[in-house]
Amino acid sequence: MSVEYTDSDRLLRVSLGPQHPSTHGVFRMNVELDGETVVKLKPVFGYLHRNHEKIAEGATYLSSMPYTDRLDYICPLTNNWAYALAVEKLAGIEVPERAEYMRVILAELTRLINHTAFMGFILGDMGAWGSALMYAFREREKILDLFEHLTGARMMANFMRFGGCRNDLPAGWREQVGTLVEGYGPFLDEMEKFLVGNEILLSRSQDVGQLPAETLVNGGITGPMLRAAGVSYDIRKVDRYGIYDRFEFRIPLGEKGDVYDRIMIRFLEMRESLKILRQAIDQLPEGDYVNPKARIRGFKPPVGEAYGRIEGPKGELGFHLISDGTPNPYRYRVRPPSFINLTLLEDMCLGLDLADAVIILGSIDIVLGEVDR
Amino acid sequence: MSKDNIPLWSPEHLPLLPQRLVEMILANLGAPEWLVSISGFMVAASTVLAVFMTAFALLSLIERKTLARAQNRIGPNRAGWFGILQPVADGIKMLTKEDIVPARAVKLLHLLAPILIVLPAILALGVIPYGREWTPVPLELGLLFFFAVGSMTELSVFMAGWASGSKFPMLGAMRAISQMVSYELPLIITALGVVMVSGTLSLPEIVQQQGGGFWHWNVCTPWGIVAGLLFYVCTIAEANRCPFDLPEGESEIVAGHMTEYSGFKYALFFMGEYLGLFAIAGLFVTLFLGGWQAPLPGLGLVPTWLWFFGKLALVIFSYLWIRATFPRLRIDQLMRFAWLCMIPMALLTLPAAAIWHYMGRGPLSWMVVLPLVLVPWVLVAVIFNKRLAPATRTYRFADG
Repeated sequence: MSVEYTDSDRLLRVSLGPQHPSTHGVFRMNVELDGETVVKLKPVFGYLHRNHEKIAEGATYLSSMPYTDRLDYICPLTNNWAYALAVEKLAGIEVPERAEYMRVILAELTRLINHTAFMGFILGDMGAWGSALMYAFREREKILDLFEHLTGARMMANFMRFGGCRNDLPAGWREQVGTLVEGYGPFLDEMEKFLVGNEILLSRSQDVGQLPAETLVNGGITGPMLRAAGVSYDIRKVDRYGIYDRFEFRIPLGEKGDVYDRIMIRFLEMRESLKILRQAIDQLPEGDYVNPKARIRGFKPPVGEAYGRIEGPKGELGFHLISDGTPNPYRYRVRPPSFINLTLLEDMCLGLDLADAVIILGSIDIVLGEVDR
Repeated sequence: MSKDNIPLWSPEHLPLLPQRLVEMILANLGAPEWLVSISGFMVAASTVLAVFMTAFALLSLIERKTLARAQNRIGPNRAGWFGILQPVADGIKMLTKEDIVPARAVKLLHLLAPILIVLPAILALGVIPYGREWTPVPLELGLLFFFAVGSMTELSVFMAGWASGSKFPMLGAMRAISQMVSYELPLIITALGVVMVSGTLSLPEIVQQQGGGFWHWNVCTPWGIVAGLLFYVCTIAEANRCPFDLPEGESEIVAGHMTEYSGFKYALFFMGEYLGLFAIAGLFVTLFLGGWQAPLPGLGLVPTWLWFFGKLALVIFSYLWIRATFPRLRIDQLMRFAWLCMIPMALLTLPAAAIWHYMGRGPLSWMVVLPLVLVPWVLVAVIFNKRLAPATRTYRFADG
C-alpha cells in the first residue's frame, strides 16, 4: 500500500517516542502526517539493545537462562522453555513426564498473563486510561503470586533447567492453580462483556490495520496476529512439542485480521488455555521434576546446531544454538516474535489516522525487551 | 436582587452575606453610590471565585478518588485524612516547579494562553443563577453572554498550541478547534429551544419558569429530553472530557496543547478546564434540570443554592463515571457523530419546542410533540446507526 504525496512541505514530521505514553517502552515511530493521516512511518528501535546474544556467546549455557527472563519480561517462563527446548535438542536430553506437565501448566499460565495484560494495554491505547488495565492486572497479580510461590520470583523466574525444572511443585500449589482456573472463566466473561459490548471499542478497532493473509505469511508474522487473519498456524499443533498432543484444545481463527479480530482471538485463546490447564492439572503425574542424568556443572553439548521453538504468547519464539563442543555456545540467536511481527507496522498504518497507528502498534503486542534484545 | 422581607442571616442569603455586609458598611460610612455598587460587585465576584476555587481543589481530589475506586485502586490517601490535603500538596508542587518555555515558543503568547483560558471560565461562572437570591451578575442576556465568552476558550487553546512551537501541541490544537467548533453548534441550537419556550435569554428568568416540582423542568418535556441529552453530550465535548478528550488524547499526542507547559502555567490550564467544566455543567443544570429549583414542592426550608450544587455534583459525577468507563473516539468518528447525528437532531428540537410553546403543557401537546422527536430519533439511533455501527463477529476454529 502506498499513499501518493508530492507536496512534502505540507507534511508534519512527528517523532513519536522513544519517550511517549503509548509506545510500550522505548520504541520510536518517525511519522509523517498529512493532517492526521499517516503517509509515512518509520519504526526506529534499538534504544533497549543490551547485547543479549553476544553476552550469551561468552557465557555458559546455563548462565544464559536468567537472561532469557529479560527478553519478554511479561512472560519469562515461555522464554525459559524455548531456550531449554533448544538446548535439550542440541544435547539430546530427555525430559521427564512430570516436568513436561509442569512446563505446560506454566506456559499456559504465562499465556493467560500476557493476553490479560494485553487487554488492559490495548484499552489504554484507545484512551480508556487505566480502567481495563487495573482489572487485568488484578487477575495477573493472582498468577504472579502463584509464580512467586513456585519459583521465588514474580517475574524473573529463572525456573526451567535443561531436562526439567529447577524445583518441584510446593505442596498445595496444584490446588491453587485449580481454584485460579475455576475463577478465571467468570473474569473473562465479565471482561469480554464490558469490551465487546462497547460501541466505541468496536468502531475504533474494526477494519483497522488489516493486511491480506499472504502478506502476513510472507512477512513471517506468527502468533495471534497471524491467526486473526485466518491462517491456522499454531506451533503447539504444528510441532506438537512437549506433550501438547495429549491435550484437547482448538485453534481459534479470525476472518479479517483487524485489531478487533486480534483482541477477540486472544480472548478465545485464553479460554482454550484454561481447557489445557484443567486437563494438565488433572493428569499431572508423580515422578522426577528434572532428568537426574542431566549434568548441570561442566555442561558441554556435542558439536552441532539446533533450533528450538515454541508457541509463545506473542508468536513463534525460537532459539538457534550452534555448539562447538565448548561450555559456551558458538552462536546464540533469538527469534523474537515481537520483533518480526513489528516489521509490517508501516504497511498496516499507512493511510490511517495517527490514533489508529497507536492502537495498531498496541495490537501487535510488542515488548521492547524482546524487540531490542 | 435583594428582597428585604427575607432576613439577612437566613441560609438562603449565606453566600450573599459578605456582599451585603460590605455594602452596608460602606453606605453607613457615607461612601458615594458608585463606590458601594462597585465594591459590592467585587465582593460578589470574590465569593464566586472562592467557592469555585475550593470546588476546583476538591474536584481534582474527588476525580482521582472516583477514578481510583472505579479502577479497583484506593487513590491518594497520604496527604491528610482521606487525601484531603492532596490539592494543597499539588498546588505547592506546581508553584515550586521550574517553568520551562521551549526555545522555539512565541514567548508572549505562550504566557498569555494559560491566563486567557481561565478568564472566560470565570466570566461565564458569573452569570449563572446559583440560588433564588444568588446570581452574581443577573444579566438580561445572560445566555448570550455565556456563549460569547465560552467560545473564547478555543482561542486560548489554539494560542497554546501555536505558541508552543512544537508538534504535539499543534496537533492537539487542531483537534481542539475542529471539535469545539463542531460541538458548539448543537450546543447552541439545543439551548435555543429553551429560549423559545421561556421567551427570555435571562438565566434567572429561565430557572424561575421551571419551578414547581421536577415535572416542570425542561428535561421532563418531550423536546426537552432530546435537547437535554444532546446538550449533555455537547457539554462533555466542550469540556474536553472522555470520550471526547481528543485534544489532549494522552495515548496519541501526549497532552495536546498542554504538552509544553509546566509548573503553574500547567496548573492554570487545569484550573481553566475545571472551571469551564463547572460553568458548562452549571448551564446544563440551569437550562434543563431546573437550576436551583427544588425537585418537589414543599421543600422551601432547604436553601436553594444547595439544590443547585447538588445537581451540579450529580452531573459532574456522571462525567467522572463516563471517564472511568469509555475509550476515546477517533477524530473522524467524532466529527461524523457531530454533523450527521447531533446537528440534525438538534435542529429537530426547534420545531418541537415551538409547537410545545404554542400548544402549552398538556396531554395533547405530548401526543403531537413526542412523535415528532421520537420517530427521527429512532430512525437515527436504530436504522441509520445499524448501517454505520460495527457488529460483533463469530469465530471459527481450526480442525485438529
